[in-house]
Amino acid sequence: MMIASPNSFTITHQLAEHFYAQMLLIRQTEQQFLELFAQGKLNGTVHTCIGQESSAVAVVNAMDTQRDIIFSNHRAHGHFLAYCGDVEGLLAEVLGREGAVCGGIGGTQHLHAGNLYTNGIQGGIAPCATGAALAEKMKRSGAITTVFLGDGTMGQGAVYESMNIAALWQLPILFVLEDNGIAQSTPKQQEHAGDLSTRAQTFGIQTFTADSFDVLALHQTTVAAVGLVRQQQCPAFLVVNCYRLGPHSKGDDTRSPEELAAVEQRDPLRQLELQIDPEQRQLIQQSVQQRIQAAVQDVLGRPFISREGKE
Amino acid sequence: MSQQLTNLESLRSALQSAMADDETVVVFGEDILDPYGGAFKVTKGLSTAFPNRVFTTPICEGAIVGMANGLALRGMRPVAELMFGDFITLAADQLINHAAKFPAMYNGRVTLPLVVRTPMGGGRGYGPTHSQSLERMFCGVPHLSVVAPTIFHDAGKLLRAAIASDGPVVFIENKLLYPLRQQLHSTATIQHDVLDPEAEYPTVRLRNFGAGDSADVTLIANGGVSRFLPSLLERLADEEIRLQAVLPSVLSPLPPIAPLAAAAADSGRVVIAEEGIATNGWGAELAARLYESCMGRLACPIVRIGAMPTVIPAAKHLEDEILPSETTILNAILKVLS
Ligand SMILES: Cc1ncc(C[n+]2csc(CCOP(=O)(O)OP(=O)(O)O)c2C)c(N)n1
Repeated sequence: MMIASPNSFTITHQLAEHFYAQMLLIRQTEQQFLELFAQGKLNGTVHTCIGQESSAVAVVNAMDTQRDIIFSNHRAHGHFLAYCGDVEGLLAEVLGREGAVCGGIGGTQHLHAGNLYTNGIQGGIAPCATGAALAEKMKRSGAITTVFLGDGTMGQGAVYESMNIAALWQLPILFVLEDNGIAQSTPKQQEHAGDLSTRAQTFGIQTFTADSFDVLALHQTTVAAVGLVRQQQCPAFLVVNCYRLGPHSKGDDTRSPEELAAVEQRDPLRQLELQIDPEQRQLIQQSVQQRIQAAVQDVLGRPFISREGKE
Repeated sequence: MSQQLTNLESLRSALQSAMADDETVVVFGEDILDPYGGAFKVTKGLSTAFPNRVFTTPICEGAIVGMANGLALRGMRPVAELMFGDFITLAADQLINHAAKFPAMYNGRVTLPLVVRTPMGGGRGYGPTHSQSLERMFCGVPHLSVVAPTIFHDAGKLLRAAIASDGPVVFIENKLLYPLRQQLHSTATIQHDVLDPEAEYPTVRLRNFGAGDSADVTLIANGGVSRFLPSLLERLADEEIRLQAVLPSVLSPLPPIAPLAAAAADSGRVVIAEEGIATNGWGAELAARLYESCMGRLACPIVRIGAMPTVIPAAKHLEDEILPSETTILNAILKVLS
């Protein structure tokens, strides 16, 4: 677990570089997906988290990835890569090649590695995560569970049913709302009454709020939330205000050029870049680029997965 | 003859005309407002034409269908769209324990004119939760109709019939049919006729041979697999195999069995094909009904074709192995002929 101390210049610096490398890896991996899709090599669809990488990186790095549990949704590449960094396994998964993390069956939306589970049904993972939290509490493992939800997904009743139980039974679960203000084509204001950030309060769940633009600040907030969940064995709600820079899946963005220009200004990767020593930055960029290029070449050279032996 | 509409155009114009003709028709769904117009664009243009009767909803399938139930109880004709058919499970309680119950448990004292439209089917690499054909799970629910056009049906007309109906209807649209042109008339090589022209949801028959002859084999199929038929009928005609394809548009309750049994008995050899899983499927019930009514007139056991009973993989080449194809249907036909 990495904990930033605001007083320590070097630790903050190292953390910034570490986060930068992870965010860049996520960004460029997803850009590769879009590229491969455009080339007709990637079938189906992908939902990129371009612009939201800082949320994945800040939250996952605040967790104990050796034992903690993560549930995520259709937009999970960032969570996955921040959790395990397996670029090759993910690439192979979306390309249907050998070495795929879920045998090419799950694909982009249905990923599993270690203690991370994703699914493409909005809202359905919230009760699953709540159950996982109960399991770990019963096992006294000390592990906590984090579930990532989009603002649109806050329309599903199952989310509130889960919050109610989590509070009632005091379960160690962190509900993370990645609020990018839009669901597919629908702006938040068009599908939610009231204020999403106050949703958990009525259950007596403590709420933390941060902006994804500043990954280091977001990380600190998350560390506090995770600390509460782990120490008090109770639920918490983390609201991450974030910005979807790309389309929902591919090429289906109906937002105006002005809106897009505004979110473009909130790119956390570019913001973080400014804080990294230029020499270090270049080294990181080179190494991430090499890593991804090698992975793409490697995975595209692998055979397609066969179903042999499966029923 | 003017060029036929695509399945998508037909559905879209049916929604437009249904809303224009009847003020009680209201439409609900996720992301259905213009300019987006819905994930599969069936509702495109609708919110511009009828801004007060087209509602984009939060992501809450249970409440979408539940609210539609309330509207239907109170004299409206709601049409709810579920973005992907896979999400119909979130509305299962509203369909099974509410929509299908109200009219019957109140002893016929209320009607429930509800339509739930939803795209089913694979072939697009969307993976396990965005590719299924779950209609079989709603087949056999008493007082709930399941309707599914093929490309040989006028999809818009079927949708209008569903909207006009006083009971709840699950209306299945196969994703891969959307861009295809409807084929509603005979061609030089394919005879197209309707077995029961008066029916609310008619059954189409296609033959690759002239009237007067009897068929070598009868294929009974629904929905998405109809896209294989133009090629299949022609290929078999080239082999001088007389194929008759019978395509019901209502999957549940099954249409009257007599015409289907007559078609089955005509050839004595029957293949049933659907895109959903064949185990406990639509075809299983249909086969049982055919055995009950024409067992002695069948030359060999009925063969059922459907998806393999497993999840639908995201990778294209793996997905292709799971879902029924022209080849699997062809092989089944050759099997019952041998
Ligand atoms: C039960 C269910 N309903 C609808 C969808 C289709 N869908 C996929 S993503 C999405 C929008 C989700 O928005 P949000 O929760 O805000 O997450 P974001 O995409 O912004 O990350 C929708 C409607 C789905 N996958 N599952």
